[in-house]
Amino acid sequence: MTKAVTGTTVAAEAPAPAVRLPRRRGIELALIVVAVLLSVYGYCAVGLARQGTLPPGAAGYGAGLGVLALLAHLTVRLRAPYADPLLLPIGVLLNGLGLVLIYRLDLETPDDLAAPAQLVWSTLGVALFIVVVAALRDHRVLQRYSYVCVAAALALLTLPIFFPAVNGARIWIRIAGFSIQPSEFAKVLLAVFFAAYLAANRNALAHAGRRLWRLQFPTGRVLGPVVAIWLVSVGVLILERDLGTSLLFFGLFVVMLYVATGRAGWIAVGLTLATLGAVAVGRMEPHVAARIHDWLHPFASIDAGQGPNQLAQSLFAFAAGGMLGTGLGLGRSTLIGFAVKSDFILATAGEELGLLGLSAIFLLYALLVERGYRAGLALRDPFGRLLAVGLASIVALQVFVIAGGVTGLIPLTGMAMPFLAQGGSSVVTNWAIVALLIRVSDSARRQYDGEVAP
Amino acid sequence: MTRYIRHAAAFCALLLVALLANASRIQVVQAPAYDDNPANRRQDIARYSQPRGDILVDGRPVTGSKDTGEQLRYERTYDNGPLYAPVTGFVSQRYGSSFLEDTEDGTLAGTDPMLSPFPLWNDFTRARSPGGDVVTTLDGAAQRAAYEGLADRKGAVAALEPATGRVLALVSTPSYHPETLSGNAPSVTRSWLELQQDPDKPMLNRAVRQTYPPGSTFKVLTAAAALDAGVIRNVDARTRSPDPYTLPGTRTTLRNTARNCRNASLRVAFEWSCNTVFAKLGVDVGVTGMAATAQAFGFNDAGLRIPFAVSASTFDTTVDRAQLALSSIGQYNTRATPLQMAMVAAAVANGGQLRQPYLVERTTTHRGATVASAGGRPVRQTMYPSTARRLRELMRDVVEHGTGANAAIRGTTVGGKTGTAQHGIGNAGTPYAWFVGWAQPAGDPVPKVAVAVVVEDSNAHRGDISGGGLAAPLARAVMTAALGP
Repeated sequence: MTKAVTGTTVAAEAPAPAVRLPRRRGIELALIVVAVLLSVYGYCAVGLARQGTLPPGAAGYGAGLGVLALLAHLTVRLRAPYADPLLLPIGVLLNGLGLVLIYRLDLETPDDLAAPAQLVWSTLGVALFIVVVAALRDHRVLQRYSYVCVAAALALLTLPIFFPAVNGARIWIRIAGFSIQPSEFAKVLLAVFFAAYLAANRNALAHAGRRLWRLQFPTGRVLGPVVAIWLVSVGVLILERDLGTSLLFFGLFVVMLYVATGRAGWIAVGLTLATLGAVAVGRMEPHVAARIHDWLHPFASIDAGQGPNQLAQSLFAFAAGGMLGTGLGLGRSTLIGFAVKSDFILATAGEELGLLGLSAIFLLYALLVERGYRAGLALRDPFGRLLAVGLASIVALQVFVIAGGVTGLIPLTGMAMPFLAQGGSSVVTNWAIVALLIRVSDSARRQYDGEVAP
Repeated sequence: MTRYIRHAAAFCALLLVALLANASRIQVVQAPAYDDNPANRRQDIARYSQPRGDILVDGRPVTGSKDTGEQLRYERTYDNGPLYAPVTGFVSQRYGSSFLEDTEDGTLAGTDPMLSPFPLWNDFTRARSPGGDVVTTLDGAAQRAAYEGLADRKGAVAALEPATGRVLALVSTPSYHPETLSGNAPSVTRSWLELQQDPDKPMLNRAVRQTYPPGSTFKVLTAAAALDAGVIRNVDARTRSPDPYTLPGTRTTLRNTARNCRNASLRVAFEWSCNTVFAKLGVDVGVTGMAATAQAFGFNDAGLRIPFAVSASTFDTTVDRAQLALSSIGQYNTRATPLQMAMVAAAVANGGQLRQPYLVERTTTHRGATVASAGGRPVRQTMYPSTARRLRELMRDVVEHGTGANAAIRGTTVGGKTGTAQHGIGNAGTPYAWFVGWAQPAGDPVPKVAVAVVVEDSNAHRGDISGGGLAAPLARAVMTAALGP
């Protein structure tokens, strides 16, 4: 995420220098081995701390994670040989750590196991990764399907309205015993659509249309879809009570619009609209106002004699971790209650790995985001650039929204921590994001090698 | 576009910095405050995550722990709970702790850094040592004798070893069962409320936290002050004390229950507990001398810890002569805990040297290795050794042919002083029967036990209540038990 990005950015009309770039697949493999070993180490540490013996499934867990990671690595080696070598190991490490944390929490809630399902979903996620990397030979193909993407995204977003609410939020659909969160998939589809739409219309957005005071307003034809998407986001918020997702859409949309047009005015407009929407919804929806109140006064419920609420428990967990953490398996984060494996998974990480471990996790995400941005900078086609930026921003915003929420930096909104949190849809979606980043980073580095994308 | 991508990247970097800064704020800066928040259960869980160390009497634990398997895993159990409650106190997951459970909590809960194998070891490993044990100075036989002797009457007993200050017995009745306050069940709340609302105040530790008018037992002190000040040079010389005695500056007259108190010698006055003689003696010594002696014995000292706090016994130093006269016979604003009166008896028994009382002989690790020992206790000279010698003689007379005959033990030198303290407006309240004394087995150079007994008994007839009738036999039982076979 540093601004100092190496490699000169090449203007679109410059001829490609024929340089032989290292492919670095060996580094990727070495890093994957490290990631798997770290995860197995964490798994063993949990077992030793909780039961005093090595957990019986350690070998199986390591082998399973290793096989998945190796299959993904082989796919990358064959189909995207120039891809960035950090993306896949970071995904493996975060997913492995997430499984360790969920397994660790399962030990304290034996009648509500989440790790086995999470393992299945992780497998599905890696499978999707393999399929995307293998089948999508060039990211530009996606441009043709942008309207299919947006239609699918809108359909997915509206689906949960027909299903019953869970914990006050209508964001799940249940199919054959599995509960799926369609809005997770919609994120990626929307990013693809935004990238394609903005790549096609960015000049119109930046320069055409009327000037009003000092803002350049584009024509209605170009602005229409933008407003439509904004309305959809608000609609999601109101109908499904999914604050996190709508916040993410706003952020993603504003960032991509700014990158496409370079108009800071769009940020102002976006923020204004977001604020208006939030205020309006806050007025209408008592639970939104309650979230904001909790954020401002996390200990109000204690003073009122009702005991600590989830956010207060989460803050207690982080505080208990201190600098070095209690050690895996030795924390008391289950005091948080029912969302401890999903929304509040970071509190377990913070308590048991301490500020040190938490910072390491944040830096892993930062590295993932930075690698996405780097690919965006290196690419030449506007769609690819916007897609890379959009995908990286999704990861960054997801992390910020939920990590900021559980640490009391911003009001708490429901959102899964990418790769770490319990939530099948989230894991699968984030593997898809990593797959797309692998693909664009492969294109980005391949072009300097004088090879044309097949 | 490149520039804008970099701007967006910088924005993401800003988000990261915000997250890291906020995490540091929570996990480092705010952490101590959050850890100590009463609503944060982590400290409680850690505290109850292992069996608590035990409190030992006669080398045997009188406490235990049971594993409930719940979140607050181990609960405290007590053998003979009501008997030892004034010493152990209770430890409750809901209502905190008291007495030894409270003051020795560091040892019992394993948090005392002295329990860890190396300095700072536990801070580094975040581990907790297994709970250590607390070895008390109590003599189980004396404790039982006192508790059974009080039976269903309200009262308290404190017994000391004069030469060391070891507390041999500390009993308060009515008592309660501390185990009913262990744990987290609804029954705990019920028990707590019942105990709090009980008019008999079973949770009040009468031996150290309740002050009573000491009545005639205070005359030991007045005699000591008079002898030390030279007001009395010969205990057999007649004093100039009228009977009845008119309090100086008033028309109030003071009378005696005993006869032949007029101009009685100190020996006779002490034997028959003559109010008139001692009231006048206090006035003759003067407030300065009386207060000095009282404070030497420990009155007006709120800082006494044995290791838990003992309520201050009081001797009012801002009195006129009439009030001084009443103060000198243990009335007016003079109030004492049973432990304080046991200290007075112990000081007399120990040649005027008062050893500060203590309850904890030593603390050990869970394996029994000594962590800390009581060692030598501070000592205070309360009176001249010659005064102490003469007082022992006077106290012996009380038991041998005075009001304290019921305390006599065959083959043992016993000294004592009886007391009946009136209280309430117009003395309407039930009087307290007092006895303070000490016992010295034949062949021992110094007395082995000093004791103070107070009994308040509303069932008995007022006439029957006297230190000699109610308290002396109980003192005798406790001293006999303490001297042992």
